[in-house]
Amino acid sequence: MNSRGLRSQLKDSVPVTGLCPQAGDYGFPDTLRKGFSSVKNELIPSHPLELSEKNFQLNQDKMNFSTLRNIQGLHATLKLQMEYRAAKQIHRLPFLQSSNIALDTLRGSDDSIGFEDILNDPAQCEMMGEPHIMVEHKLGLL
Amino acid sequence: MATLSMCQPQCGGFSFDYCKRNALLEAEITKVGCGVPTARKTGTTICGVVFKDGVILGADTRATEGMIVADKNCSKIHYISPNIYCCGAGTAADTEMTTQIISSNLELHSLSTGRLPRVATANRMLKQMLFRYQGYIGAALVLGGVDCLGPHLYSIYPHGSTDKLPYVTMGSGSLAAMAVFEDRYKADMEEDQAKQLVSDAISAGIFNDLGSGSNIDLCVITKGAVDYLRPHEEANKKGVRAGSYKYKHGTTGVLTKSVATLQLEVLEETVQTMDTS
Repeated sequence: MNSRGLRSQLKDSVPVTGLCPQAGDYGFPDTLRKGFSSVKNELIPSHPLELSEKNFQLNQDKMNFSTLRNIQGLHATLKLQMEYRAAKQIHRLPFLQSSNIALDTLRGSDDSIGFEDILNDPAQCEMMGEPHIMVEHKLGLL
Repeated sequence: MATLSMCQPQCGGFSFDYCKRNALLEAEITKVGCGVPTARKTGTTICGVVFKDGVILGADTRATEGMIVADKNCSKIHYISPNIYCCGAGTAADTEMTTQIISSNLELHSLSTGRLPRVATANRMLKQMLFRYQGYIGAALVLGGVDCLGPHLYSIYPHGSTDKLPYVTMGSGSLAAMAVFEDRYKADMEEDQAKQLVSDAISAGIFNDLGSGSNIDLCVITKGAVDYLRPHEEANKKGVRAGSYKYKHGTTGVLTKSVATLQLEVLEETVQTMDTS
């Protein structure tokens, strides 16, 4: 862990959202992988890169939008954001993997390969979410 | 198939799952008085030089892990695209995967533009990727190639900073190799002269740095042609034994000899085909 104080580390941490934040993949606390559950453990990233990796796409989009806005004006950003929103809504059922091809085309990432395409690919995941629970969560019933 | 109870969509990329576990284990283990395994030291000499009509890249072929030579003839000059090659120093797996990913991206890029990729493009892709991972990808690279604007040579550091220079070195033997370059580099050299210079620089690394050794690989890139010399030269050949020191068969005399027969119980066995209809 880096030597910065707890407060400064908390400042740029993002709270984990989900049903039960301490639960592992199988629905109970994964003590072996994540250690004994405590609030500090949940809030502070375990690796210096974890946060920047988690928010990388978000920050990248933000930067692109602000550049676009400076170059072409507000209308271009609004139009592109609308298209992003529309493309993000195209999905298979929540427990099936979506290809996100429309979103990738808008982002321009359809003709590039990164670590997110070869490591830990969700399309190759050997575990599958519980279909009913995931759909209910998506619809806000849970 | 196992079912997950999480509702968030998964995303690919690096997984940090084991970092917490490892920190926990490290704390517990140091309490007992043991230590966890640490990263092993690596060593390399790689360099590149711009000559009259192209670029020459050079590398040694020793892979080290701490005090052990893991590979005596490993290849450190990686393919990026038909006109660009890249030498890698640092963590072997990181240099390998980094160059492979950039190679794939450049191939897609050149397919969509229909042109040969430029060295500046490869350089920008590499530095942006390495900067994103803040030096945790330990790849120190020497990138060289010839494109529509002539020969280019870059050195790229693990944190994402780059230099564009007429002669560069990287790795633990970089100081020895740079000393040779500083002494003998001239602008607009002939190919033979430049090859000799690069091979001398690498052998300076091989003989003066313990992390580098074995052979000298060269890659000569000119406009429209690549000459990958592997090995270009074996820096220190292993000596050949003058005579054979093996004893002749039957040198030691046999004093006694006794043959014992084993008592075996042999059973009758037959094989019948099974009726599978």
